[in-house]
Amino acid sequence: MSTKRELLSLLSTDARESREDIARQLGVDIDTVDELLKELEADTVKGYQAVIDWDNVDEQRVAAFVELNVELDRETGYEEIADRIARFPAVQSLRLVSGDYDFAIEVTGDSMQDVSRFISEQVAPIPEVTQTVTHFIMETYKQGGIDFGDRDSDDRLSVSP
Amino acid sequence: MSLQPNDRVERVPESGIRKFFELAEERDDVISLGVGEPDFSAPWAARTAAIHSLEKGRTSYTSNRGMAELRRLIGDHVSQWGLEYDPESDILVTTGASEAVDLALRTFVEAGDRVAVHEPTYISYVPGIKIAGGDPLSVPTHADNDFVLTPESLAAAGAADADVLVLCYPNNPTGAVMSRDEVAAVAEFCVDNDVSVIADEIYAALTYDGEHTSIATMPGMRERTIVINGFSKAYAMTGLRLGYALGPTDAIDAMNRVHQYTMLSAPTTAQYAAIEALRSCEETVTEMATEYNRRRRFVLSRFEEMGLDCFTARGAFYAFPECGGDDEAFAEALLEAEGVAVVPGRVFGPGGEGHLRVSYATSMRELKIAMNRIERFLETREPSGNFAETR
Repeated sequence: MSTKRELLSLLSTDARESREDIARQLGVDIDTVDELLKELEADTVKGYQAVIDWDNVDEQRVAAFVELNVELDRETGYEEIADRIARFPAVQSLRLVSGDYDFAIEVTGDSMQDVSRFISEQVAPIPEVTQTVTHFIMETYKQGGIDFGDRDSDDRLSVSP
Repeated sequence: MSLQPNDRVERVPESGIRKFFELAEERDDVISLGVGEPDFSAPWAARTAAIHSLEKGRTSYTSNRGMAELRRLIGDHVSQWGLEYDPESDILVTTGASEAVDLALRTFVEAGDRVAVHEPTYISYVPGIKIAGGDPLSVPTHADNDFVLTPESLAAAGAADADVLVLCYPNNPTGAVMSRDEVAAVAEFCVDNDVSVIADEIYAALTYDGEHTSIATMPGMRERTIVINGFSKAYAMTGLRLGYALGPTDAIDAMNRVHQYTMLSAPTTAQYAAIEALRSCEETVTEMATEYNRRRRFVLSRFEEMGLDCFTARGAFYAFPECGGDDEAFAEALLEAEGVAVVPGRVFGPGGEGHLRVSYATSMRELKIAMNRIERFLETREPSGNFAETR
């Protein structure tokens, strides 16, 4: 694995590693890490975020997956439609997928009503959108590769041959 | 007393690792770098295969040599190291690599045979040799030669007269590996002096910065070598107890004769897990090895920063730094002062004194804390490095 690729894999596990610890783990100096980070942040690394279990935050927050069917015409392609939808701050993710529908989007809001209203008033009226199906998220067990349940506890003997 | 252990068992002392285990167990705030097994759990696919086999009621014995499908997959798997063994006749599935080591010693060592062991090394070989009735012959390896075994050190120790050599690379406790040329030189010594080899290659998949070389692939070595490997380290399956031995047909037949009367067959549930591990878990193994390699670089670079001499370990999941003094006193004082458990090098035989076995089979988060604690410990200790007063 190239150093650049390994840096990506390290960041995708823990983006909060210090530059010093990244350098130590990759076996390179800090200048090299800075240089690689600069290159990656220019095109590949789009941002750094925390993975949050919102159930443990004392406020109302509702998230939903929404399936979206669209009809294309000569002037409008997926890119144009995606651009219109992505601009809403309530849209957390937006992907074109294969299968029964075209776009899979994740939407958040303060309440179910808030999310429903957003879909019916902002998304559904877009001329190319022909159908929406909203799935409210009831429980999150794993996100971004991180298991929200109890981790496997370390039951190894403290010293062994 | 009627239950008097026989002389062979009387010759075996209690493991020196036991004392540190007990010391570490007394506290609950210890970060342990003293663990000789992966911190990962077995790959989930392997675990579900084991569960599924139990649900289907697959709880009977298997054939003595292990399930045919498992032996076939092992045969394919070891070909990555250039090892060619017929699953029908040259592979024996055992209860951990430990059983394979014991079987090999009991099958090929005659009473009074001299069995060479490079040291420091894994703690089970010398007791195993004694229980088999052999006489262990210690061949020292040194930090200034990266703990590599050489024909010169073999000759100097008198190993030209040995009947068997027990070889363990990548090595526990040092993390040392041997290059192709270095393995070739030892192989030549063994052929020239008619020495058989028991090669414990349990850490083969955890070789960094290069490829593992099996001594059995060297000219004239296949017919005089038993290769031992297993699922404990690479697949993080220590508790499932599954290993295997590879060797010439007659040798495996002989080992199977002992195995069939003592073990009958390796654990069936573990064999189902191992089949799935070989079928679908190669990517998980690679991910684990990548993670160990990162931790290895981290630990080595931290030791360098704190001025602790440590040769570049390139295998297994151990580093073996010099502690600049009495290793046992150092380890005890470190545990006492900072709550970090390491194993004193002397536990692994002559040549281990003055060193510490530091296992990096623990999470990066804990490793960072442990390294900071070791650094603080080094800064506050006496410049002489003398720990006599703490003993």
